[in-house]
Amino acid sequence: MQKAMIERAKQLLADGTVKRVIGWKRGEFAYDITPAVFETAEELDRDFVFDDFTAANVSKYLVKESRKEGRVLAFLKPCDTYSLNQLTKEHRVDRGNIYVIGVPGGPKLDIEKIKGKGITGILGVKNENYTLKIDTLYGEETMPFYEAVLDKCASCKSKKHVTYDELMGDDGDILESNRFDMVEKLENMTSQERYDFWRSELSKCIRCNACRNVCPACTCENCVFDNPKSGVSNKAAADSFEENMFHIIRAFHVAGRCTDCGECSRVCPQHIPLHLLNRKFIKDINALYGEYQAGADTESRAPLNNYTADDCEASIVHERGVE
Amino acid sequence: MLRISADKLDALFGAVSAKQKLYIPADRADGEAAFTEYAPGMKLTSRLNTVRSAKDFFFPQTENLVEFKLEGKKIEINDIREECDDFVIFGVRACDARSFTILDKVYLSDPVDTFYKNRRDHGTVVTLACDRPAETCFCQTFGIDPTAPEGDCSVWRAEEYYYFKAITAKGQVFIDSAASLLEEGNAAELDSAVAKTKAVLEKLPLANVSTKNFGGDKLNEYFNSDKWGELSESCLGCGTCTFVCPTCQCYDIRDFDTGNGIKRYRCWDSCMYSDFTKMAHGNPRLTQLERFRQRFMHKLVYFPANNNGEFGCVGCGRCLSKCPISMNIVKVMKALEDK
Repeated sequence: MQKAMIERAKQLLADGTVKRVIGWKRGEFAYDITPAVFETAEELDRDFVFDDFTAANVSKYLVKESRKEGRVLAFLKPCDTYSLNQLTKEHRVDRGNIYVIGVPGGPKLDIEKIKGKGITGILGVKNENYTLKIDTLYGEETMPFYEAVLDKCASCKSKKHVTYDELMGDDGDILESNRFDMVEKLENMTSQERYDFWRSELSKCIRCNACRNVCPACTCENCVFDNPKSGVSNKAAADSFEENMFHIIRAFHVAGRCTDCGECSRVCPQHIPLHLLNRKFIKDINALYGEYQAGADTESRAPLNNYTADDCEASIVHERGVE
Repeated sequence: MLRISADKLDALFGAVSAKQKLYIPADRADGEAAFTEYAPGMKLTSRLNTVRSAKDFFFPQTENLVEFKLEGKKIEINDIREECDDFVIFGVRACDARSFTILDKVYLSDPVDTFYKNRRDHGTVVTLACDRPAETCFCQTFGIDPTAPEGDCSVWRAEEYYYFKAITAKGQVFIDSAASLLEEGNAAELDSAVAKTKAVLEKLPLANVSTKNFGGDKLNEYFNSDKWGELSESCLGCGTCTFVCPTCQCYDIRDFDTGNGIKRYRCWDSCMYSDFTKMAHGNPRLTQLERFRQRFMHKLVYFPANNNGEFGCVGCGRCLSKCPISMNIVKVMKALEDK
């Protein structure tokens, strides 16, 4: 697939359809892939990579890239196309200036899961019939492919590309996923257990803002938390609950817009399962306003931006809060 | 050489922690390691390093500096610093140990930062030699020997023993606090363990990363390099690299309105952030390119220019593991060198 993608990108560059290509660039090791923009055939041949570690969702970069002169080619996996649709709906990208090639999705691998098995000194990772052969400084290790899959891929919601100009490989279907299982588990906890769970997770936060900055739904030009005039900007927590509040507020802000791409949890250096906050909102919106998938289309009104006579009453929040 | 069998390490931690606070790198529920205050039963992690570096002990993410109380036209100024008690950090790796030397150059040079100094004075650093370096390690690039870590006391693991060597008076106090548990032992098996690690060090994929093309005299050459645009293009502008970095030392000072007074605090800052060094006239670094460049120029050029050639990086590899887009100092060095 990688080779075909490079060839197609070179054609589109050569015939003037696009001026730039956004994709993934190989790194020092098997897994340290960086999102990158390619402008020449030589750069593509040398550095372009598409493999088990190209998990990064490049949609958000299109906010900036699509406003530059000339069309940009973006290779998008199914989940990435939901992000792009949502950005299109919010008028954050110039969709006409983007040429989307839909490429197959994951499951992609999580190097942290491999390292979590105590495997270190990793020199190469090969997938042989869904067994990972890992070449290390300390000899070869093996582990089952599916034990190293990213959380976001393990509960994949869709293999379908919801927007594209061209497809490479087959399109898939929307899947029955298990993505709300953990949310249900949290809902079934007592409020004290749930509180303890989130306190222990969120207190690991180092306020690096990686979750916010990678999030395709977080595209404010100047976030309130960075704007001294907002009155809430703060680089340090005033008390031990403030980081917790930051994440809860952020989840509220992207509610109804979050496509569940899972990037927030993927990039968190402290492994906080931030996507569970977003999924709780998605699950609630589904239950209270009818099934809704942000990014599935570019026209429909989002439940939280819309009024219908069937909307749930405000009191539902109070009733649901009673144990 | 003094040593203790691995199964008695708990007893040693118990004896030390009975006298002063002891922190060891222990596993967290999510499988990562963190320096944690020792409690009976706690085990030393098998992970090579912690997510957050050991700099937290001397340069915490947030600390209160001073408090102002307002009453009418009177302002009361209170020194609210917390004097710290003696403490021991066990299991610091050679990279983090060297980071203290780098932080010292900033915080202990005139004018001395008394908050930092207070913690340095009270802290005993017990280092642990590496025996399973990772692919992301490149401390040797900065002249660090991970098999001979600095600190107040060094510890090596070989087979079923931990070996101890005091380097400073504080390190000797540490050893004395557990003297009854230590025994004199033959260090021959230690030598062979160190030799084994050294053989691995030679094979590290980043073993050839060199500082020879960097230093204080490279300002114009690299500041004006046309590589920065490409390198910084996908930077998210988050603070992960700076916050997990053992040598990043920049902070912001702010006032917090408590309602009946002001608390002045300082907290880590990140050159990756849009308001970093923002002044009355505005921000000197308008785009992510300039912010990104600042971080690497600081470590590879500005810091050595001001500190007799010492670089502001210890090759711990945390940024290599944790950057959300996998951009890091090694990639920057290689790109800048590739003319």
